[in-house]
Amino acid sequence: MRAFYGIILDTPLMLGTAQYPSPKILADAFKASHASVATVSLRRESGRKQAGQDFWSLIRDLGVHILPNTAGCYTVKEAVTTAHMAREVFNTPWIKLEVIGHTDTLQPDVFALVEAAKILVKDGFEVFPYTTEDLVVAEKLLHAGCEVLMPWGAPIGSGQGLNNLQGLRSLRAYFPDTPLVVDAGIGLPSHAAQAMELGYDAVLLNTAVAKAGDPAQMAQAMALAIEAGQTAATADPMEPRDMATPSTPVIGKAFLT
Amino acid sequence: MDISIIGAGVMGLCVATEITARGGKVRLYDREPVIGGHACSWWAGGMLAPHCEGEAAEEPVVRLGLEAANWWDKHAGGVARNGSLVLALGRDGGELKRFARRTDGSRQLDADEIAQLEPDLEHRFNTGLFFASEAHLSPRDALISLSENLQNNGVTIETTLPHPNTKTIDCRGLSASDVLTDLRGVKGEMLILKCPDVTLSRPIRLLHPRIPIYIVPRGNGVFMLGATMIESTDRDRITARSMLELLSAAYALHPAFGEAEILEIGVDARPAFPDNMPRIRKRSPVVYANGLYRHGFLLAPAVARMTADFIFNGTSSELMDEN
Repeated sequence: MRAFYGIILDTPLMLGTAQYPSPKILADAFKASHASVATVSLRRESGRKQAGQDFWSLIRDLGVHILPNTAGCYTVKEAVTTAHMAREVFNTPWIKLEVIGHTDTLQPDVFALVEAAKILVKDGFEVFPYTTEDLVVAEKLLHAGCEVLMPWGAPIGSGQGLNNLQGLRSLRAYFPDTPLVVDAGIGLPSHAAQAMELGYDAVLLNTAVAKAGDPAQMAQAMALAIEAGQTAATADPMEPRDMATPSTPVIGKAFLT
Repeated sequence: MDISIIGAGVMGLCVATEITARGGKVRLYDREPVIGGHACSWWAGGMLAPHCEGEAAEEPVVRLGLEAANWWDKHAGGVARNGSLVLALGRDGGELKRFARRTDGSRQLDADEIAQLEPDLEHRFNTGLFFASEAHLSPRDALISLSENLQNNGVTIETTLPHPNTKTIDCRGLSASDVLTDLRGVKGEMLILKCPDVTLSRPIRLLHPRIPIYIVPRGNGVFMLGATMIESTDRDRITARSMLELLSAAYALHPAFGEAEILEIGVDARPAFPDNMPRIRKRSPVVYANGLYRHGFLLAPAVARMTADFIFNGTSSELMDEN
């Protein structure tokens, strides 16, 4: 098990806390998912007066690791300020660093991301950068001091699944010692299972559960899929073959024709 | 039986009306002698749309919300029963499908049918959902009407609180979070626009994965545009982002909203319990009726009925979690 800044997670699921029909349903979904990490956004709720306290204390009551994020930040400065606020509110060095570069696709601005990561690492943060599957950006993030990488599967909230399997596979092969999390784009349990089959260390998702008709039931489905994918990854899956290979004996049949 | 009701927002006024209508005697208290913007119901949309709310709300919201239109008609008048229209911009068609799956009581409309209902939206949307049985009202007119009727029955709003040992129904909304510790605020921001170029006959919900909004016609070219839902107790000011999002959505619904005048900006925090369902709680000698969340006008009649049932007959109800 790869550790996230020294922490071994109980389960490889990080679940977002936005967009649920109610805090009660959010809590039900967490219970059903056995998620070990809750991500929480501060940008909008915080205001100047920490007016989001009521909601944040509900998140604290979930009893899981809290990973505050900088969702909705478009510049290095905004992201850094939000990270500092998050550290104060949740008393954790963890920060999911998100610097958005494009309003429509919510695609990360990887240049600003690397810059913000450098600043935050110097400020003592343990940074979880939300990035693309770009290998060079990944290297620069590690060089900046990040010890975790969170490449996207697909754009945030799109539910498209893993759009660039080969890219994600390359990252895994290239960074065997770094904890990797597929963050964003998961729509179905099969997507989450696939991420785990690739040997990723965790999956971070939100909309797929929060916007399901029955969030708790979908949370449970995700948990099962993630467990299946993780178990499969450690079971040394077979190599795909170009030809059919009969699993029953063929002796006595004219198989060489 | 003399009962003190604290809070003259939608909850307090409905309870006062319900008890008075059943022959009870009430005294009504608030920190202000006149109803207005210190109550978050003053800023409400006034949609009586139980089916649409069922998209994200628990089942009782739909069932209990079905009582609302008749109750308001009987006690305040001014209910428009023109249904609700749910639309999505082209690329958000999936949202419309999901909404239809998650709700009952709608039928799908094509472009012509939308234009028949709302001629100003002709050629703007290819498909939509129509909830024919739903209704809307003007929240301020309704609150004023309840308040005037109470006045005619000798109930005026008093500002000096009753003696603590008095039999009391506490309808203070978010202010009651000093006692109801699981009550939280959910910030809402809304605008009132004047746009004589557009005529609409019913509330329109514009679905969007990130910024769902609704627009409720108030008549005479006036519209209520709402509302954000932010987990925050802040009730001071609207943010630029919320303003941008609300106005962009209105503009997407109809470009003429670009020329609208902004008459009012409303900001407040809705009182909500963790499941976003209302509660009736008895902590002698006080009964609390609270947590209407975004369903003030939709659920206050049912909560008022259940509260009155409890006061008169001691009947417990499904919303009662402490007795």
